Amino acid sequence: MKGSVGPVLAILAVLVAVWYAAAVPMNVKEVLTQAERDGAVIEPGSAAERRDVGRWALVFSNVENLGATWSSERSRLPAPHQVVAELWKSTWVEETTGRRGIVRSGSLSNRSLVYHGGVTLGATALGFVIGALAGVLLAVGIVYSRVMDMSVMPWAIISQTIPIVALAPMIIVVLYSIGLPGLFAKAVISAYLSFFPVVVGMVKGLRAPDHMQLDLMRTYSASKSDTFWKLRLPASVPYLFASLKIGIAASLVGAIVGELPVQRGGLGARMLGGSYYGQTEQIWAALFVAALMAAFLVWFIGWLERRTLRAMGVQA
Amino acid sequence: MTLVIAALVIWAAAWALNVRLAARGQGLLVPLIFGLTIIVVWQLLVRGLGVDKVILPAPTEVAVTFWENLPILWADFVQTILKGALGGYIMGVIAALVVAVLVDRYGFLQRGLMPIANFMAALPIVGVAPIMVMWFGFDWQSKAAVVVIMVFFPMLVNTVAGLADTTAMQRDLMRTYGASYLQTLFRLRLPAALPFIFNGLKIAATLSLVGAIVAEFFGSPTVGLGFRINASLGQLSLDMVWAVIVVAALAGSLFYGLLTLAERALTFWHPSQRSQRH
Repeated sequence: MKGSVGPVLAILAVLVAVWYAAAVPMNVKEVLTQAERDGAVIEPGSAAERRDVGRWALVFSNVENLGATWSSERSRLPAPHQVVAELWKSTWVEETTGRRGIVRSGSLSNRSLVYHGGVTLGATALGFVIGALAGVLLAVGIVYSRVMDMSVMPWAIISQTIPIVALAPMIIVVLYSIGLPGLFAKAVISAYLSFFPVVVGMVKGLRAPDHMQLDLMRTYSASKSDTFWKLRLPASVPYLFASLKIGIAASLVGAIVGELPVQRGGLGARMLGGSYYGQTEQIWAALFVAALMAAFLVWFIGWLERRTLRAMGVQA
Repeated sequence: MTLVIAALVIWAAAWALNVRLAARGQGLLVPLIFGLTIIVVWQLLVRGLGVDKVILPAPTEVAVTFWENLPILWADFVQTILKGALGGYIMGVIAALVVAVLVDRYGFLQRGLMPIANFMAALPIVGVAPIMVMWFGFDWQSKAAVVVIMVFFPMLVNTVAGLADTTAMQRDLMRTYGASYLQTLFRLRLPAALPFIFNGLKIAATLSLVGAIVAEFFGSPTVGLGFRINASLGQLSLDMVWAVIVVAALAGSLFYGLLTLAERALTFWHPSQRSQRH
């Protein structure tokens, strides 16, 4: 992807422009209602008449009263700078100047996205580590035991085709009711979602060495454990990292969905709270933090991959 | 207590049987026995240990609930799977295919859009659900909108990769035939992309169900699989939750199975399909 910086920036600029343009018709009704209350002359005159008029028609008949569509408090689509402002407000400003912020109270504010992001990140990381370890162990079992292979593998593949995330609310509620802490309940879902991709990828990786390589090990009269540590495991590393990237993205989705049923903090709770109280900017800000977090996690796995491969002597 | 011991005995016996069958290479029987054993052991353990119904219901209870609530579950299935998931799936896939052809045609889009698409494909897009519910209302339209966004990026990435998957020889051959761009697209490149497209379709199939169900957690009419899960959890009727999960699992497997059949029929020429026949 050489020379793609320019085009990417161009496309991003177009997307932002479309976003600004879309914010006008999306917010026009609420803004006009407010403008009417403030005494401006709106065409058509009453909110009841405007209800049946198209959004674009309202935009073109009230061009002089559109100023607030990019700054209104309760917009259906907040403009990009509003989202950025909300992000800034709910991270830096809240923590440094807020009553509950870290500067004045010594602990992270429960209104700040730093706190909620941390809650989600903790559950994601814990669940991912559990899920990935369990997945690797099961994959080793599957590769070395024919019975496990034939018994478990078809189910592992079938489980990829069903929306397991539907189980999340039930797991959360049940684990809460038997008294497990919320972090652990969410981690279980994250683990569960990252588990199967890792199993499937790792099994593929451990089987990647071909007959020639396995025969060579046999001619060296290598033991089973030698073959595992010196051939199969190194050969599986690229597959492992590919599936870890899928797994960690799935873990994050699991943690976010796991925060929906019990509202005790986290990005999922922020999103649901925002949708209850019509705080669109709050939803968008939480969404952006989730996106940044996903990007960071996938980048982190990629970074680990590059380091590991380089340490193993693979020319990247 | 006897039930618990019976569970352990059955587990050991079934495992021993599987070891024997696996050694002889009985392909289909082994996973079936494994699955059945888990259900039987689950049943015996729940009964034997007296596990509370609000923590883990027995499989028989789930089956009874499933059977007794078939009309409700069917309505949920139609609402969530046929309207929300499938509606969004079709729109999202068509949009992705059209954009993929454009991206493939114009190098600028390829360099500008694909890094963004690869990035988006890894994001927790399901988070747009509350926004879509706010824009499109509680009914299936908002679920379909979430699904469109969720399936679009994996589908786009896979299709673009597929459209690039022709060799210089093949393209040269088309040029010697004097084929136009459209002829090359429809006769060579789209067929060659089919294995990739089906890969994308399969990933998107699961995502569409996830999107449609999770979006209902953010608001829905009083019908739908996600709604049913939340409502039944509120009443602590976990047997109903499990029945809904059975529906979701059946829908997912069916969807995937149909796609696999279509793939076999359409990409019979591809090595991955040919080798399966022998």
